[in-house]
Amino acid sequence: MNRTSAASPAARKTAARAVPASPRRLVILVATRKGAWLVHGDARRKVWKTDGPHFLGHNISHVQLDPRDGRTLLAAAKTGHLGPTIFRSEDLGRTWKEARQPPAFATPSGSLPARSVDHTFWLTPGHASERGTWYAGTSPQGLFRSDDGGVSWVPLPAVNDDPQLREWMGTVQDGTPDGPKLHSVIVDPRDASHLYFAMSGGGVHESRDAGRSWATLIKGMEVVEGFDAATVTFHDPHCVRLCPSDPDRLYQQNHCGIYRLDRPGDTWQRIGRKMPKRVGDIGFPMVVHPRDADTAWVFPMDGTTVWPRTSPGGRPAAYVTHNAGHTWQRLDQGLPESQAWWTVKRQAMTADNLAAPALYLGTTSGELWIGRDEGARWSNIARNLPEIYAVEVAALA
Amino acid sequence: MKVLIPGALRSYTRESQVEAVGDTLNALFADLDRRYPGLRFRVVDEQNRLRPNMRIFVNGLGVRELGHALRPDDFVAVVLALSGG
Repeated sequence: MNRTSAASPAARKTAARAVPASPRRLVILVATRKGAWLVHGDARRKVWKTDGPHFLGHNISHVQLDPRDGRTLLAAAKTGHLGPTIFRSEDLGRTWKEARQPPAFATPSGSLPARSVDHTFWLTPGHASERGTWYAGTSPQGLFRSDDGGVSWVPLPAVNDDPQLREWMGTVQDGTPDGPKLHSVIVDPRDASHLYFAMSGGGVHESRDAGRSWATLIKGMEVVEGFDAATVTFHDPHCVRLCPSDPDRLYQQNHCGIYRLDRPGDTWQRIGRKMPKRVGDIGFPMVVHPRDADTAWVFPMDGTTVWPRTSPGGRPAAYVTHNAGHTWQRLDQGLPESQAWWTVKRQAMTADNLAAPALYLGTTSGELWIGRDEGARWSNIARNLPEIYAVEVAALA
Repeated sequence: MKVLIPGALRSYTRESQVEAVGDTLNALFADLDRRYPGLRFRVVDEQNRLRPNMRIFVNGLGVRELGHALRPDDFVAVVLALSGG
């Protein structure tokens, strides 16, 4: 079956996951450069109550809720001085306890240089059938797994100690301004052994044997002009998302464009070519709809000249596609109309899974926004937080 | 020996000065980690290197080598460098 076009939207929509039964409330998990905040809201998204800061002064890269129990939180933390760790809560943030064995690289064998984890950047809960399993992506690039709810973590040697992958990871100078990162760790909801991850830089990779071996998945992805796209290390995927309603469909926001991949195909299609030319198709976050694989959102930034990494023209906006990237519509109602020079980092935009999902985003200037009706109407939830690194949202029964 | 603990690590020790033993800085941090689980990894990385923004002073002299020998009456200060953001 040819899955390289959006020719079967009805089929994709009928594959949708069910809307959760009567959630009583929502919680937004906000990770910032100076701590974490939990923003509790009612199911109508009318009233918000801010709980925090948690870990004031810590750089919190990501806070994630375990969807398998609805109460365990993991927070990836470090400070300007202290090394990285993981904090765990089993009561939705009322109390926290530090992981016994945070992600740490093994002592290298052979000639590979020794590495130390600077910070854990990305947290992904494992498959629904594997309670207690989590994955973590780190800076510098490393992949780690926990089988005990995040208490102890072990490195995955097929990534961390593989000479070819290590070459593709490059050096610290090849990564983002605050270090090269392994991110977008994805578990196929149909198969706990089917995994993806991405690296900035270092491309997109796939495993079908629970991480024991990996294949590169970069065909169709572009790189900076003048460089060879066949060289994996030049590839800089910013964020990759799998559609929960169609796990054969992936979307990607890259340093060089917006892409879609329909498996079993292996060639990314640059769907960002259909974005307005004055806005471009560069950005960090990629958000997918919980029940419609043809719908996805991006939040473009200025990737011209010296890479300001701000909203293009100081006018922030999300863009949505409802047809798998064939056309895009601007969503800026309620957002600042001018002189707003913030942007949204790759983990700082998400959607809830209620009927008519809302979007949520956190800005580099410390503002938390909600986009009701799938981003059609934006309003502010919080201001004056530290720089926001990550935003997740969960509906609680 | 007495060990001065910086504010950033008081969540582990609850005190600014603690007692610990060890004939090298390595052994001292192993003992500190037994008493205060998790403390060592915040200061010393998985390759047994002092983290970049941490400093150790033994009797007032800066030391970065974790194999540095210690005597029972030494005074060890764990200090945050003037950096770290």
